[in-house]
Amino acid sequence: MGYKILKKRVLGPGSKLMEIEAPFVAKAAKPGQFIILRVFEKGERIPLTIARTDRERGVVTIIFQEVGKTTIHLGLLNEGDELADFVGPLGKPTDIENYGTVVAIGGGFGTAVLLPLVTALKKAGNKVITIIGARTKELVLLEDEMKKIVDEVLITTDDGSYGMKGLVTDGLKFLMDREKVDAVYAVGPVPMMKAVADMTRGPGIKTIVSLNPIMVDGTGMCGACRVEVGGKTKFACVDGPEFDAHEVNFDLLMKRLKMYRKEEQYSLELFKKRLEKEAV
Amino acid sequence: MARRLKLERTPMSKLPPEERITTFEEVALGYTPEEAIIEAERCLLCKRPPCVAGCPVSIDIPSFIELIKKGDFIGAVKKIKEANPLPAICGRVCPQEDQCEMKCVVGIKGQPVAIGRLERFVADYEASQGEVEIPPRPAPKGKKVAIIGSGPAGLTCASELAKKGYYVTIFEALHKPGGVLMYGIPQFRLPKEIVAREIDYVQKLGVEIFTNFVVGKTRTLDELMSEDGYEAAFVATGAGYPRFMGIPGENLLGIYSANEFLTRINLMRAYKFPDYDTPIKVGKRVVVVGAGNVAMDAARSALRAGAEKVTIVYRRSRKEMTARIEEIENAEEEGVELKILTNPVRYIGDEDGWVKEVEVIKMKLGEPDESGRRRPIPIEGSEYRIPVDTVVIAIGQVPNPIVPQTTPGLETTRHGTIVANPKTHATTREGVFTGGDIMTGAATVILAAGSGKTAAKYIDYYLTHKDEPGIWEKIFKGEV
Ligand SMILES: Cc1cc2nc3c(=O)[nH]c(=O)nc-3n(C[C@H](O)[C@H](O)[C@H](O)COP(=O)(O)OP(=O)(O)OC[C@H]3O[C@@H](n4cnc5c(N)ncnc54)[C@H](O)[C@@H]3O)c2cc1C
Ligand code: SF4
Ligand code: FES
Repeated sequence: MGYKILKKRVLGPGSKLMEIEAPFVAKAAKPGQFIILRVFEKGERIPLTIARTDRERGVVTIIFQEVGKTTIHLGLLNEGDELADFVGPLGKPTDIENYGTVVAIGGGFGTAVLLPLVTALKKAGNKVITIIGARTKELVLLEDEMKKIVDEVLITTDDGSYGMKGLVTDGLKFLMDREKVDAVYAVGPVPMMKAVADMTRGPGIKTIVSLNPIMVDGTGMCGACRVEVGGKTKFACVDGPEFDAHEVNFDLLMKRLKMYRKEEQYSLELFKKRLEKEAV
Repeated sequence: MARRLKLERTPMSKLPPEERITTFEEVALGYTPEEAIIEAERCLLCKRPPCVAGCPVSIDIPSFIELIKKGDFIGAVKKIKEANPLPAICGRVCPQEDQCEMKCVVGIKGQPVAIGRLERFVADYEASQGEVEIPPRPAPKGKKVAIIGSGPAGLTCASELAKKGYYVTIFEALHKPGGVLMYGIPQFRLPKEIVAREIDYVQKLGVEIFTNFVVGKTRTLDELMSEDGYEAAFVATGAGYPRFMGIPGENLLGIYSANEFLTRINLMRAYKFPDYDTPIKVGKRVVVVGAGNVAMDAARSALRAGAEKVTIVYRRSRKEMTARIEEIENAEEEGVELKILTNPVRYIGDEDGWVKEVEVIKMKLGEPDESGRRRPIPIEGSEYRIPVDTVVIAIGQVPNPIVPQTTPGLETTRHGTIVANPKTHATTREGVFTGGDIMTGAATVILAAGSGKTAAKYIDYYLTHKDEPGIWEKIFKGEV
């Protein structure tokens, strides 16, 4: 089975969208789930959240940021190319409920993950406000897509070049002061999710985060993805990826994400050198 | 006068230990044809052969050995294949010393006939002769069977059913078929080329393999059976869910489950990083917890991946170690240190979260427990610390719950294994059979292969008698 790239689009600096032909995954996927892919025969297995699916066309949309060797390599592929492997949908789907008012927070590139979720939350009758946070204006992702779905979109940029100046937590504080927030959903860099969790813990607002630990198989076979939630070890690929933010040990997650930092850098350098050579 | 019985078995050449630990290539090199015949000569061709009773799939051992004596190696492999479809694999990884060879009469006075080595020899001989003969395709029965999992149980069941004319599809979660044979058992013990050869054979029989397909996630078993037209299914998803001890510090960086450690090395080829993209961290000092085959494989892989000192920590004594004797010997020859009657109690990390020490406690043996082995008891106050860079936890695997959890009516035991009739392998769900580690709990390749074969027999029976009222009940009760 070939997993063909049907469409490729540049969303912003270093972030891309791809539509992949994967009919089984498209048919079965639910919000909150992810896939694991391998770019080529010698590639590693990396998890990516499912951003959108089109059952009729049998297509799964992924959005990724080019941060390491594998994602850069992926970004170099073109429409018509095929991925070596593409498996899913993995993980538990999000529990969708009618909470009332939900704030969905996407930090940086986490916004991609929010798309299917906010769609489902809206369908379930919630009032949904999305906060999109980015360092600077060019990095604000999916604003138009998001506006079509939710009741309100709030943008925050670190440098104030667009929307509100500040972090997503400033945006959240603004909303919490303005109205009653019944649930929060946050996905993005770990420090951001941790900061959101710290803010909502006091007032006791139910907060869900989607975790992104290192994975290998994605089916509960290896334990690479272990995280601590409420003092207990969980496998994020099968017990998650979503967990109660107030119970997650974010410090451990941050450390575990750095486990292969040296190897990742080395691999990336070699890859860049190879690309330069090929370019000349 | 009869020829004097040779008490010593013919040695099989192995790579010298110094050379071994620098490479992932196979350690044991196998017999030459001359050596095989010399070893076959040692067999007494017993009339009532006890070895056959010791073989979980009852291979006709004296008959195949007799064929080797006559130099008919292809005839010998065919004889084995009547009972065991995976001789090249089983000849390498079966615990023969607990099975056929344990029962061999020659073993009473001397060393038992090296049945495993002979099995391996004829299988390799066949492969070296070029294309393995594919039996002619039978008339199609027009019925579809789904096999979930492509380990030895799934592969065997699939090939048996294909040979009977069923249309067989294997669904495999990983990107490569083979199960533990591919991701668990290392190259130096079971070259992946051999596994690939067996898979190729199964495909040539007409079996279709879908990789990247997690049953229960990509599609449920119910969907396969009610929407996709599979009339029967065989669940052989193995026991791939790693256990941890639940002691403090177990999530520190540098601590792996054996499954992750071995998967990175075998399936993802992390030992070839950066040519392959998947990395692995193997520090200078490695501690492996556990003493089964999995632990030996992890310890020996760690050496080859560059560790300077590898220590196995095991809470019981040497006698209770479950690994094949040959593998324990190999590990010790290669310099792996065994610390028996020792158990980890916690891990201590540095400020970045990397493991730097493991605190262990000494144990003594008490009364026998449920497993019949003497229960290890901690000796209070005997704790001490071992400095370490990498830890591999190999204390066992339990069944993966994905299929049972997503298949209503498929009952499991409290150990997570699927409830099934021991004779027919029928489960509590009509049309669904099971076998291998998900039925028995973590066991062996040959038992998994054997159970795939048994299930195939009763799947065929079921599909032939499907329209009879009460048929499933009969099969589930084993009354057929
Ligand atoms: C490191 C190691 C060393 C071993 N050494 C030996 C040895 O020397 N000798 C010996 O006899 N035995 C050995 N064993 C045990 C032996 O490998 C197993 O008993 C045997 O492989 C079990 O076979 P199986 O077919 O039941 O399952 P497995 O080989 O575990 O295969 C199950 C397959 O099912 C797939 N799967 C799981 N869930 C799903 C799903 N939902 N959908 C689709 N596919 C799924 C898995 O990915 C896997 O490929 C060893 C095991 C390990 C881990
Ligand atoms: S028991 Fe030993 S000697 Fe007798 S047939 Fe079997 S292998 Fe040969
Ligand atoms: S990624 Fe292997 S268990 Fe979660």
